[in-house]
Parts: sequence; structure tokens; C-alpha cells
Amino acid sequence: MIRVYVPCDSSAVSVGADAVANAILKARPDITLVRNGSRGMFWLEPLVEVETLRGRLAYGPVAPEMVPQLIAAGMLEGKEHHLSQGPTEEIPFLKRQERLTFARCGITDPLSISDYIEHGGFRGLKRASNMAPEAIVEEVTAAGLRGRGGAGFPTGIKWKTVAGEKAAQKYIVCNADEGDSGTYADRMIMEGDPFVLIEGMIIAGMAVGADKGYIYCRSEYPHAFETLRRAIGIAREQEYLGPKFELEVRLGAGAYICGEETSLLESLEGKRGQIRPKPPLPAMEGLFGKPTVVNNVISLASVPIIMDKGGAYYRDFGMGKSRGTLTIQLAGNIRHGGLVEKAFGLTLREAIYDFGGGTQTGRPLRAVQVGGPLGAYFPESLLDTPLDYEAFAAKKGMLGHGGVVVFDDTVDLAKQARFAMEFCAIESCGKCTPCRIGSTRGVETIDKIIANEDRVKNLQVLDDLCEVMLDGSLCALGGLTPFPVLSAVQHFPDDFARR
Amino acid sequence: MLAALDWNAEVALGRIRELAGAPGPLLPILHSLQAEFGYVDEAAVPMIAGELNISQAEVHGVITFYHDFRREPAGRHILQICRAEACQAMGCESLVAHAENRLGIAMGQTTADHSVTLKPVYCLGNCALSPAVMLDGRPYGRVTPSAVDGLIESLLVQSGRRGQ
Repeated sequence: MIRVYVPCDSSAVSVGADAVANAILKARPDITLVRNGSRGMFWLEPLVEVETLRGRLAYGPVAPEMVPQLIAAGMLEGKEHHLSQGPTEEIPFLKRQERLTFARCGITDPLSISDYIEHGGFRGLKRASNMAPEAIVEEVTAAGLRGRGGAGFPTGIKWKTVAGEKAAQKYIVCNADEGDSGTYADRMIMEGDPFVLIEGMIIAGMAVGADKGYIYCRSEYPHAFETLRRAIGIAREQEYLGPKFELEVRLGAGAYICGEETSLLESLEGKRGQIRPKPPLPAMEGLFGKPTVVNNVISLASVPIIMDKGGAYYRDFGMGKSRGTLTIQLAGNIRHGGLVEKAFGLTLREAIYDFGGGTQTGRPLRAVQVGGPLGAYFPESLLDTPLDYEAFAAKKGMLGHGGVVVFDDTVDLAKQARFAMEFCAIESCGKCTPCRIGSTRGVETIDKIIANEDRVKNLQVLDDLCEVMLDGSLCALGGLTPFPVLSAVQHFPDDFARR
Repeated sequence: MLAALDWNAEVALGRIRELAGAPGPLLPILHSLQAEFGYVDEAAVPMIAGELNISQAEVHGVITFYHDFRREPAGRHILQICRAEACQAMGCESLVAHAENRLGIAMGQTTADHSVTLKPVYCLGNCALSPAVMLDGRPYGRVTPSAVDGLIESLLVQSGRRGQ
């Protein structure tokens, strides 16, 4: 029986994967067609894979209208064609990665629990089941796993705090409000390997003594939401979920601020997503006032492999205080956009050129924004910065959730700085003044600078304003918006002096 | 195609009661009402407040906080164009201008015949295939102005507005 794989990932679907799958089935109803997750090589999507004696062979990007021609040329027998990419695992972009968290993504049918188990799924859970809760926390601590949402807080310490709280009810909350532009790793895992997230959350529940979990998924990800809903149903049928640990996926409602953990908790409680001052930490008083672990999707999805192979295995990847792998997401004006899971330490230049192949437009690269809308704009000269939490902080940047957005030389950094303030104004929750008012004043001030109205004076005003926002905001939205703004002014002064 | 049923208090109350028992049920209730009617009617506010035993001000506050919830019906189709950084790097602003021109409305507005609503969105998570749009929940990547024309054309054909 011929087996063919066409991804169901929404990014693959956005360039015609559904039509490709239908065209293949129409031509050859006798074959087995699997809708897998994406391998994360988006410039090759829709990527069709055919199982052969030589392993899985890749063809891409396949347009739906190419299907009859490809089948006639012998694609289903693994024959050569100008769209042939050879054995999938040998494609350099993939071969040079270290896929731990994404080990199964793109290989399996996301909703097949037997596929999941066959490819190493639930081994971490099995091992954790035979361990004391303290030992699980210990293992995650030893792995050196830090929060992949952006803040980089050690996951083990967070878990230990919640485990140490005495309460009849505790919660595990997964932050799946992946709002940063240039990021899609959470979406890929939720759509491509949802059981790994579920397994990670069950283990977290065991470790801290929580029997209820929520996944807060943003509404811009309808496919991920639906996949999770179905995966949870399957896991419940198979009794991985039940009285010991119950899980529910909830939908956000289009508020960027709900990616901030306390806003997220407010939103889950059915309130406006306004942030809560800390302390108390969510680990002590979180959802409905109970001790709560709030972890990002990738943090939780990394737990199963840590529990399966041990903390030391995971810790041995990486550099300095950044242990394990980082999921880099190449985005924007990039030729080979996609997901690169690699030990911390790769430089930005290697990520963009060796993996990404430079800009999509072919024009010279001028700026890179790493870490989403609150991340700094780096010029060419900073491209040798290694992708590591501390190395980025030292250059006044932020690794964040690992999104890398590339711009060519047509970019106007004054416009980008203005957008950073505008975005903050649109998405501010309104709780604190520096963010609520500062962002609007920031837009106005940048407009004056662009219009050459008292430029020198207004650049000083902008600088002061950024200082107030940085020091005086309650959370990272107002507190980090100055990063893209100030980095644009610092590294690209010409763009602020065009008129 | 979005659900566009007329507001029905009885149906709405059923939806509210179905979910009212869950912990923190307000967002699921609002999503449920919007899925049913295409928007959250003003008349739902006192109903929800009554069922959840919270003030109408709290319900109003939540509805108006989130970008997703609408207080009046949208067009039959919703075209979301991503305006975040990754799509900016690939020229999304010219797509926005193109769509606005083609439909004769600005972002955030609905065409006079209620066929299409244009909405900005800040990231669809399709950033390796920018610029990205979403039409009625269906994603499209590497979108060109002519692809936008194609999408709009397909909607206008359905709505019988072709050639106007």
C-alpha cells in the first residue's frame, strides 16, 4: 500500500495543502493519505512525502494543479521530478537541526494516539508515574528548562513553588496565546503534535499536585483550537485524562495582552484581560486565587522528552545559562522561512543565512527584529550575537519566544518605531498610566520627529518617555515597548532624519 | 460563510444556561452567542448578568475589552489582513490599501450591502509565508494583490454583486 503525507498544518493549508491532498486522492483513491503536521520548511509547502524503501521522499512546493503531472512522472513510486527534494530527513535545513521538542512534528498524524506512542509518546509520562512528585520537579530543574514564552524563568523553580503550596485545588495553565509577530512554534505543536502538550501538562499536574488544566489558545488559531479539542477528547477516551487530571482548551478573544500570564488568568476567569500587580505570584495565588503553574506551550511540550531521557540529556544541549534547545522561527522577508530547533548558541547570522538563505526579495538585509513586537531591531553589525538569553540581553535585545523577523533595505525604522508605540496603544490593557498614555504620546512624538518638528528636543522627549515606560509600567507590554523604539533610534538614526 | 441568524432571546438564554455552570464562563458564553448570531446583542447583557449574578457593567466591560466581540452584525464574510511586523516586512500595507480600494471601505468597516467586513489582525502565525490573510477562518499565505482580488471576487460572485 502506497503511503503519502500531505500536511494539515494551517500554514501548509494557506498555500493549498487541502487542494493538493484532494487532488492526490482523486487521482489515486487506492492509496493511504496521511495528513501529518508540518516539518516546518514552509517555503516547500505544500510538501508532499511518499513512503518508499529509501525512507520518506519529499516533493515541494506542490501546487494542486501539478498533482496529475507529478503522479504521471511516478511520484508515488518515488521517482525523480524537478520538485524532488530527496529523502526528507536529508534536506540540509532539517538535517542540521536538533529536534527534541519537535521530534515527531511533521512525521506523525497529529490525532493518531497510536502514531504518538509508536514514536516515543507517553514514555516520559510512564517514567514520571513511577517517581515521587519531588523527583519530577528535580528532573525538570536539572534539565535547566527555562520558560519559552519569553521571560526565560526557570520552569523547575516555578513548579517547586506551586508544589510547596498547601491547597486543595491547584491548576496547570498553558499559555497558548502566541501573539508575537514572527512566531508560530506553539501553533505548529498544537496542530502537529498536540499529545506532547497534553502529556507535558499531565506530568506537570503530577509534579505539583494539580488535577485540572486549562489551555488558553488565541482565537487567531482556529485550527490549533480544533485540533486540541479533538486531541483532548481522544486522550480522555483512552483514559490519559480523567479524574486524576482533567484538561480543557479555552479560546481567547483577540487581546495581545492576554499572553501576559496575569491577564491570561483574569481572562480565563471571565474578566477583562487586565494585568494583576505581582506579588502575589500566580504560583501562590493564580487562577481563581489558587496556586497555579502558568507555562508556555513549548515549555510544557519539552517536559515529556526531559522525563523520558532525563534532565542531563536535555541540559547537555545549549550554552551558558540557556540549556536545551531553542525553537527559532524564521519569518518576514526570508527566503527559507521555517522552524529551526537547535541548541542555544547558534548566531543570528547562521540562523538567517545558513538556514534561512537570506531575504526573500533578494535585496540586502537591513534590520532584524527578534522576540516579537517588544523585541529590539538589530542592524547587520549585531548579527553575530548568539541566540542565548544573556547574550541578547547584553546587546539590549530580547530572545523572547524565538521569532526572527527579517527586513530588507526598503524598511523605514522610524515607521517601525512608530508602529511599536501604536501597537502598544492598541493593545494596552489600560491598567497603568505609563503604558496606556505613554504609548499614545509616543506615537505623537515620533510623528513630530518624522515631520522634523523640534527634532532634537522631541528625540529627547522620546528618550524620557521610554525611560518612564520602562521603569514605570506594570508589565512587559509597556515595559518593553521602548526596546524596539530605542533600538531603532540608536541603530538607524538616519531614518529619523529624512526630512 | 458565517452564521447570521436573527437575534432570538430564547435561543440566547439556552446558550447562556448551557455554559453558566462552568468555572469562569463569560468568554465561552460570549463566543457561543457570537457563533450563533454573528454578534453579541445588547439584549444579551442583562441576561448574562442575571444568569451569572454579576453586574451589567462587568459584562459590558468584558465585551468591549476584547477585539473579537462585536456588538452589531458584521458582514457575511470577514477578511482579516495581518498588519504585524512579519507581514509588514513583506508589504502587507499595500495589500491593505488594495483591499480597501477594491471594496471601497476602510479597515474595520463593512460594505454597504453587508457582504464583507475588513478587519486588521495582529499575527495569524503564518509568518514564514507572509503576507498572510484569513477569510472566514480559512488561512492564505504569500498573498499578492491579485490573490486578494481573487478572494474578493469569489465573495462578490456568491453575494451576486459581481460587476457592480
